[in-house]
Amino acid sequence: MSPTETSATVLDEVLQALKTQRLRVVDLSQTLSPSFPQIVLPPEFDQCAPFRIEEISRYDERGPSLYWNNISFGEHTGTHFDAPIHWITGRDLPNASTDALPPHSFIAPACVVDCSAEAAADPDFLLTADRLRAWELQHGRIPAGAWLFMRTDWSKRTDPVAYQNFDAAGQHSPGPDFSAVELLVHERQVIGFGSETIGTDAGQAAHFRPPYPCHAIMHGNGRFGLQCLSNLDLLPPTGALIIAAPLKILRGSGSPVRALALVES
Amino acid sequence: MTDPLQPPPRRNPILPLRPPTLPPSARSRAALRMTAAVAEGRFELQACHDCGKVQYPPRDACTNCLSVRLAWTPMGGRGELISDTLLHHSNELYYRARVPLRLGLVRLAEGVTVLAHLHGDCPKAKADVRVRAHLDKAGQATLIALPATDTPNMADDRMLREMTSDPKFRKVLVTDGKSATGQALCRALIEAGADIVWAGVAEPWKQPPGFDALANLPNVTIVPLDLTDSRSVDDLGASIGGKVDILINNAEFHRSHGIADRRGTETARAEMEINYLGLMRLAQSFGPAMRARAAESSVPATAWVNILSIYALSSLPTQGTFSASKAAAFSLSQTLRAEMRAAGIRVVNAFPGPIDDEWTQLVPPPKLAPAALARAVVKALQDGVEDIYPGDVAQDLFAKWQESAKALEREMWDQ
Repeated sequence: MSPTETSATVLDEVLQALKTQRLRVVDLSQTLSPSFPQIVLPPEFDQCAPFRIEEISRYDERGPSLYWNNISFGEHTGTHFDAPIHWITGRDLPNASTDALPPHSFIAPACVVDCSAEAAADPDFLLTADRLRAWELQHGRIPAGAWLFMRTDWSKRTDPVAYQNFDAAGQHSPGPDFSAVELLVHERQVIGFGSETIGTDAGQAAHFRPPYPCHAIMHGNGRFGLQCLSNLDLLPPTGALIIAAPLKILRGSGSPVRALALVES
Repeated sequence: MTDPLQPPPRRNPILPLRPPTLPPSARSRAALRMTAAVAEGRFELQACHDCGKVQYPPRDACTNCLSVRLAWTPMGGRGELISDTLLHHSNELYYRARVPLRLGLVRLAEGVTVLAHLHGDCPKAKADVRVRAHLDKAGQATLIALPATDTPNMADDRMLREMTSDPKFRKVLVTDGKSATGQALCRALIEAGADIVWAGVAEPWKQPPGFDALANLPNVTIVPLDLTDSRSVDDLGASIGGKVDILINNAEFHRSHGIADRRGTETARAEMEINYLGLMRLAQSFGPAMRARAAESSVPATAWVNILSIYALSSLPTQGTFSASKAAAFSLSQTLRAEMRAAGIRVVNAFPGPIDDEWTQLVPPPKLAPAALARAVVKALQDGVEDIYPGDVAQDLFAKWQESAKALEREMWDQ
């Protein structure tokens, strides 16, 4: 061994792998754009502000030498992170807001369950515990501390109307059912659940018993959510390392994130 | 009989636009009182409290007895055309582009002689005529004599059209096509002969009842438009801003909250984003292009309508944040009127009372049907009126506001 190799640290190896593209970086975030839809609550509730961008100046009389914008958005806009205090079930947990979560929890491996065929056939498709166990037979047990990402290819619906998929009965989009969330939280100890849709719960989850199982159980047990993810089709079933750090918002319930995956070629 | 207005030919693109000009607009303060009445659709002149003489033009004192006790009095409009002439030359740029012009002296039934434009169907003097007061392109009161009885295609008269903003053959943008008022406006405009109605749609994933039928109406084109998003407003301005003849801003965010007993400012902010800043975004994206086309061809850009609220004048405490956002929009509309004035684009403000929609379910009747609001807006455009107060509630509150804004403020506590 040469002296250089003996002194190489883990980070040196990561840098070298990135340079040689043995490690690829996959961007899991949607572009923050005013035309990207935001979550819709019934109109009697106060609403999450959509992402908006207003020019401060563009090398003009408002600021001759600079171009910059003011942006505004709700904490749960675009590709975003849900902290446990987002839900009432997590309200009493210690250190459960975006500013207080330990930073190491923003870097974790991911298991990706491909439900794209089922979601294409049925927009109300529900991921069940049985489906997860079947996935484990092929890819191994979901490790504690990993993200569970539900791949549905929903992010390929670039038309906001198709992405939201509302009819008179509300939204129709896939998500996990109660059994899947129970298994992931209590028996597999995942760090959180990630989806390509507007929320981690299914579009019709208000009508589930109990309602919103992913929000209620994940956050009630101190776990996280990631939603509006994209490019999950570029991730392997196991082996991707996710870096998704929310903005350090004082007592924040969530934050848009630039979610990245490190994937070995 | 007036030649019926024809659909305008497409513009010859090698010919420069005719830039907008205005008739002379300097007025005395007394004369502005005449304009104020005309803006609301009334024809009033001064009658002397002491000697009873009606006078024209308005002055600070009676020309008969020098009394300063002059009462603004409604005129019936009936009169006799006692002489008429054809003006062939003017040094005023506005008139120069419009000669020859028919002008005449009319002796009103109230005993005063006025100078008026003559509708093309007016017979030669002497003849019975009806005198109407209108706002001219400069936004000032002017008079036009119409024939004693209606004639075919009367509204298509060249000079009358200078004073009105009839939607016939015009291209109209309705900024929110989804709401009940938006759907009603689109229908009323099509019935009034609009060439194209662009119906703006924000958040297209929310499709309310009736929207499919609207989208299928002939002459209605759905366009994306979100007044909270500058880019969206800019994009639509870039696409159709050079074609819009009439812009009707009916988009609004309406919730029913006071201010002290409900936490937070987010809903109030959402109201301001659409009701106030939305108007400002539209002004920046559509105003300049409309001004530039204000004298183009036979159907130039002509009017901008804001659907405000009677609560812009006096706050309804149970809808405190909504009232505040509409008051802000009202103030902005006055600036818009000043900024559009140089081109002669008329800014029309509608101050309706409660509209019979989903946000006024607990408001007792009378409430204004969306279709009635739409009819009132179209009529205001056809009549050339600047401020309208459609519906019983609006009429009542406006009268009380004029009488005593302070007394009305107290009355609103129990509304």
